[in-house]
Amino acid sequence: MKEEEISSQLAAQFPFLAGQVRIQRARRLWVEVSSDNFMDVLTCLAGKMGFSILCTITGLDAGDSFAFIYHLSREDGTVLNLKTKILKTGGQWKSIGKLFPGGIFYEREIADLLGVKFEDLPPGARYPLPDNWPQGQYPLRKDWQALSGSAPEKREAP
Amino acid sequence: MNRIKIPVGPQHPALKEPANFQLVLEGEKIYEASVRLGYNHRGIEKACEQRSYIQDIYLVERVCGICSHSHSTAFVQAVEEIAGLQIPPRAAYIRTLIGELERIHSHLLWLGVAGHEVGFDTLLMYTWRDREIVMDLLAELTGNRVNYGINTIGGVRRDVSPEQLADISKGIDALEERTKYYIQVATEEATLIARLSKVGFLSHTDALKLGAVGPTARACGVDRDMRRDDPYAAYADLDFKVIVDNHSDVYGRTLVRAGELMQTYGMVRQLVKKMPAGEITVRAPRKIPAGEAFSRYEAPRGEDVHYVQANGSEKPERVKIRAPTLANLSAVSKMLEDNYLADAPIVIAAIDPCFSCTDRALAIKDAQKGAHGAMEWGNLREYGIEWHRQRGIDFSDLNKRFAKLMEKN
Repeated sequence: MKEEEISSQLAAQFPFLAGQVRIQRARRLWVEVSSDNFMDVLTCLAGKMGFSILCTITGLDAGDSFAFIYHLSREDGTVLNLKTKILKTGGQWKSIGKLFPGGIFYEREIADLLGVKFEDLPPGARYPLPDNWPQGQYPLRKDWQALSGSAPEKREAP
Repeated sequence: MNRIKIPVGPQHPALKEPANFQLVLEGEKIYEASVRLGYNHRGIEKACEQRSYIQDIYLVERVCGICSHSHSTAFVQAVEEIAGLQIPPRAAYIRTLIGELERIHSHLLWLGVAGHEVGFDTLLMYTWRDREIVMDLLAELTGNRVNYGINTIGGVRRDVSPEQLADISKGIDALEERTKYYIQVATEEATLIARLSKVGFLSHTDALKLGAVGPTARACGVDRDMRRDDPYAAYADLDFKVIVDNHSDVYGRTLVRAGELMQTYGMVRQLVKKMPAGEITVRAPRKIPAGEAFSRYEAPRGEDVHYVQANGSEKPERVKIRAPTLANLSAVSKMLEDNYLADAPIVIAAIDPCFSCTDRALAIKDAQKGAHGAMEWGNLREYGIEWHRQRGIDFSDLNKRFAKLMEKN
């Protein structure tokens, strides 16, 4: 079974992942790594192991930390969901724009909606909130309510 | 040569939906392009967390007005996986049937828009007339032309009758005849070929690197289709080919969509013929056990993905949606480079962009009162009339005169 092969291949590359890969169903694997090991595991998956497609990145508000799930796919349709966490007070997270240039929009979305700061995110327009969105308001955080906060400042049309 | 920066959008006659493109021009050619999105952001992901799973089906269905069934199917598939539900075969077939009929209406719509963008309005009139056949079929099957409301957790909400299946077969025969003609037009009409060839070129390498999906990627030789690679619903039972083309330009994208239409007719025929008997739903719990799932769906515009996290209650903890247009947008900037400004509308239209899908999501704001809150339709209408009146546009007098005129007659 290819899912188990992937799981043992990963364990061979990274001994700390032995027994950590969860096979939920055919073509769906889930694995969580620490933020320190994240880049090594991602680079290996995207390169040698053929998970060269980034479907999207999900950002989660997990209490005192942010969690990120990188949904990676191989050409044969197998998806590996790579999860990692950083402390909310920890500040910045790494951009994967170099490995997946198409992933920059997904990172901007997480930056806007969850308030995560990304290192080396190239300059560009924000996405998807408006330019006059009040600072410090992150709609996808669990403690955010639609009724809180101030309305955006009114601006005249140019 | 001096470079000039031209903003196109968010409101622009060449765009059907709001998006902003900053085009840096060198003479008539686009030197660099960047995209600003978010004008259709409605906060749907956040709104999903505050509603029950059943309500969310109808909410995610309204992510997009064209591929509504794609989003609701991707969502219910994820929820069913978490709840461990196995839908009956008949339900899987009906889901697939609606999905493929939706693809027909979406691709025909695109063909018309593409014709319009290159000044071939006859094609627009023809395709949109023929599209009515499939719209009528969808209305007959589901009660709606779009937003079908067919999916529910554990199956589908409406069965199909043998008479309806017969109607589908008749409609598909007519559409196939018409599509053959469009393929003839696309492959033989010299002006159309000249207009679309080498426009909006995206190399195979760039398509892979920038994560393009759907017909946009398949027209660059990327052999990828979720219906075959990660089969869901009834696709594992169907026999079909994935259409791949190597033109890598707008012409290639046209050929891929036309070819896909022909494959879809074949699939619909197989679905009608093999439609299994039996139940259309299994009982689903109101509270979904804690868990998470990742669901993929090959929407008309490409791979649509949903991630759902459940926390054991009747409302999801998190719903994440990535619509195909967002995946294709990085590629659009690349496609625009080195093209003429006049080609921008067709290059953008060639990915079949759907910005409502892309932006999704909640707070309707009353900027003047400084408070958030949903507006009733009537209030919104009054607000709009007042907004225009303050700016000197007042139709109330005209309306009164019109009413008087009607009375006299």
